[in-house]
Order: sequence, then structure tokens, then C-alpha cells
Amino acid sequence: MTAYDRVKIARSSKRLTSLDYIHNLFKSFFELHGDRRFADDAAIIGGIGQLDTLPVTVIAIEKGHSAKERVYRSFGAPNPEGYRKALRLMKQAEKFRRPVLCLVDTSGAFCGVGAEERGQGQAIAENLMEMMTLNVPVISILIGEGGSGGALALSVADRVWMLENAVYSVISPEGCASILWKDANKAETVATHLKLTAQDALELGVIERIISEKSMGQPEFYMQLREMLLTEFAALARDEEMLEKRYARFRAFGAATATTIERTSL
Amino acid sequence: MPLKFNFKPKNELEHGGRSVAPVQQDASEPEKVCPNCRKSVPISKLWANWNTCACGHHFRMTARQRVRFITDKDSFEEFYGDLTAVDPLSFPGYQKKLETTRLVSKEPEAVICGKATIGKIPCCLFVMESYFMMGSMGTVVGEKITRLFEYALEHRLPVVGYTVSGGARMQEGLLSLMQMAKTSGAVKRHSDAGLFYLVILTDPTTGGVTASFAMEGDIVLAEPGATVGFAGARVIEQTTRKSLPKGFQQAEFLVDHGFVDAIVPRQKQKSAVTRLLKLHCGGELKS
Repeated sequence: MTAYDRVKIARSSKRLTSLDYIHNLFKSFFELHGDRRFADDAAIIGGIGQLDTLPVTVIAIEKGHSAKERVYRSFGAPNPEGYRKALRLMKQAEKFRRPVLCLVDTSGAFCGVGAEERGQGQAIAENLMEMMTLNVPVISILIGEGGSGGALALSVADRVWMLENAVYSVISPEGCASILWKDANKAETVATHLKLTAQDALELGVIERIISEKSMGQPEFYMQLREMLLTEFAALARDEEMLEKRYARFRAFGAATATTIERTSL
Repeated sequence: MPLKFNFKPKNELEHGGRSVAPVQQDASEPEKVCPNCRKSVPISKLWANWNTCACGHHFRMTARQRVRFITDKDSFEEFYGDLTAVDPLSFPGYQKKLETTRLVSKEPEAVICGKATIGKIPCCLFVMESYFMMGSMGTVVGEKITRLFEYALEHRLPVVGYTVSGGARMQEGLLSLMQMAKTSGAVKRHSDAGLFYLVILTDPTTGGVTASFAMEGDIVLAEPGATVGFAGARVIEQTTRKSLPKGFQQAEFLVDHGFVDAIVPRQKQKSAVTRLLKLHCGGELKS
């Protein structure tokens, strides 16, 4: 299977969305709306779920299945208020010592005049900063598309996992191909070079775990995932150096690839 | 019939040569046409005016020029100047692109970092370089900025930063994306220690840099007319199929929408930065 095949699978409207996970992973889920500043963004679902007996703050990007749902969820492209709602709920989780689970599935943050007017860049930047020091365990799972800054804004976590056919990229292969080669048809080749599959991300150290899709959607799929989450949240809660490790986790990217050259060779 | 010549001189030379030599343009004095007022201005005049036109248009500057403008004479000490990008993903064409861009910009990477004094106040400084792959952020840009904030935290220094960037550098894939989180983490630690970070947005500041350290300053200034945004204007126009409002994503637009503290023309930047640095060193309430 090529990298681009996985991109197509990750984008498929038939693929499980965040709501499928929320309904099956948790005993109960109470949805919470609004960023308390401007609006409620339907592209991001927030709330408190019960993982067995453990209350967990859930923040999930929802794409929807049907055409109508997808329009309502703006195809899983969050606006700034979505990211601000996410941050509000994460701070709430910190207050009540609840772990945070993020489910990420977006082609990218919403691209529009309103999003720019309300500070899309600033909203993402603030999440990156605040998540780095959020003093409760955070696990992010990329379940479908992980599109650039819009996905990263919910993925500054202690553990980042990816579904087997999820993708995580700095830019869409089409976007990259049209910028670099003025040819969006080269997306297939570009997808390989961008190293956007779960296996690539694991090798680069960007994620800790690949979740098998063998029994995807079956009861045992959710049961295993629930077990994994409970074990990991418990381990993180015991770790007194959690925040140090979270910083170090991201600090390591590119620290070793930077090499020195003689300035005279310029 | 004798031939009659109508001997009317056709030009100055036939008239007996020039009496006055034309004003000689100095060969080393090229001119630049201002895209705003369409007047052509001699380079030396531009330079005398911080590379801005009399009409107010701000021309782009190299990072080194900015360092010279903003810092006190001979105070700048460069850090990490020997760090250069490699090609971590073996991305096609990237190695070659790096080589040519190094030749064009005469810089090893898209950001210059160091320590300096501005108005006699010690601070850390980073200035991004638009002539190096449009200031895009790859692993080394992220690394240099992160190291600078960590140094500033250790030595309890404020950070002054000039941003110009097309966003994350796609040739380094996910590793570029991770730099947004990495730099933001370093800014956060610096900030939590009560230290001051002043950022000046210049044309253009977009994408992953806008969505990380460019928008994380305690105080965010911008140069007049600078394009600042997350998504590219053309991409938005194509996606929404609507024409964009006037002045969209210009610095003034960001002030109107509450995302920039003030617009400061280049001529006033040094005094503004000095004033703000002064307001943040000492004098706070003692408990």
C-alpha cells in the first residue's frame, strides 16, 4: 500500500469519526459547548466522558459522515473558537485533575476570512504554549487526517498515537506538489517523500504507538483501546516528571539533525 | 541645379556637440522603484531612511541589515551561527535548493540569533531572513530559536524577535511541524519565569510561524503594511470563492481585530523597542 493510498483511506467519509469513538469508548458522555468568547465551533466536540469509572475530558475534531453532517461540521476544519473551546476545557480538566484525551481528524484549520479576523494563528499558538505545561496527562490519537498546525494544536501531548491508516503531515500532498512542482498530480509521489504515514511518524519519533485497524469498529477494538488508555493515563498520573518529559519529547525534534558547517564554505 | 542641403541639425551632436555634460548617474548608485508611489529612489537615499520610501513604503531588508539597525554599535554577538540545515528526509531537490539559497542569501539558515544591547539594555535577539527560503521554519530554525529562549531563560534576559516567514518548511515534513510545538514550549518556559518577549512582525509573517512564536509575544508590534496571517490570502480566495476585504491580513487589519499591539514604522523601532525594554527591567512592585 502506498502512502497516498493511506491518505485516501484517512480521508474516506466511511471511516470512523470521533463521534463513533466517543459513543463506543465511554460509558457516558456529557457534551460541553462554546469558547465563552465568541461562539461554539461544531468542528470540535468537547465534553466529559467516563472511561470505565475515570472521568476524562474529551476534545475531538469531528468530520461527520453524511454530506449534511460534513457541512455542519465544516468538514472537520476548526475555527479559532474551536481551539479556544478546547483550551477552555483543558484548563477545566487541569482544575479538576482530569486527564485529557484528544481525537484528531482534520485536513487543517479552517481557511476563511472570519477565521483570520478572529486570529486562527493566535488561537493555535496559544494552544501549543498552554498544552506544553498543562498539568494533567494528555493523550492525543490521530484517527484519520492530521493536517498541519490545525492538528498539532490538539497534539502537544505526553503520548501521541496514530491509527494504522491515519496520516500526519505538515502540508497536504496536493498542496506540496502544487507549490514545489506546480503540479497537483504529483501528489502521489510527494506523499511518499513527506513521510506522513503512521510507520514514518513512528520512525521519526513523532508518535509512540500505532493502533491496528484489524478489528476497527468491533467491540474488541474499543475494548483494547480503552485498556490502553486506562493503563497509560494511570502511568502518566504516577510520573512526577511528566511535564519535563513532555517538554523533552518535543525538544528532541531536530536537535540532532542540526549540524555545523564552516562559515567559510558559504 | 545645385543640390540644396537642408542642414538642420538633428540632434545635439550634429549641433556641435554638447555644451553641458548630462548629469552623470553614478554607476554604483542604482535606483529602486517604490511599488507604492511608483517613484524611483536612489538606493543611498533609501538607506539613509532605513530602507523606506518617503511615501512610507517599507522595503524588505536582510536579517543582517536589521541586526545593524536595531542593536547598539558593535554590541551584537551571534550565537549558533555555525548551525545549518541538513536534509533529514532526503526530500527531492531540497539539498540543491539549500545550496542555492545559501549562495543567494549568504546565510547558513533562515534566522540569525544572538545577544546584544538595544539602547544599552542587554537582550537576546532573533531576526529571520526572508532571502533564505522565505524565512521558512525547518528543524534548524526551530532549534536556534529554542536554544535562544533557553539561553535567555538561563541568563534572565528579555527576547526581542523579528519575524518574517512563509511558514513551516515542507521539505522537512513532520519534523518542521514539530518545531512549532518545540519553539512554543521554549517561549512558554521563558514566559512563565516572568521574562519579557517582544516580537515585531514584518512582511510577510504567515503559516506555522504565525501559529507559533510570532503570536506568543507579551507585546506584538508590526511594521506598516506587513502581511500577517495564518492561511495564504490566495488560498482563502480560491477556497471561499469570495473577494477579500480591503487591506485583508495587513498589519493594520490585525490591529483593528485586536491581534497586534501597535504598528511601528522602522524609523521609530529602535526607540520603541528601547522604551519597552526599559519598562520591563526593574521597577516592578516589591513584595
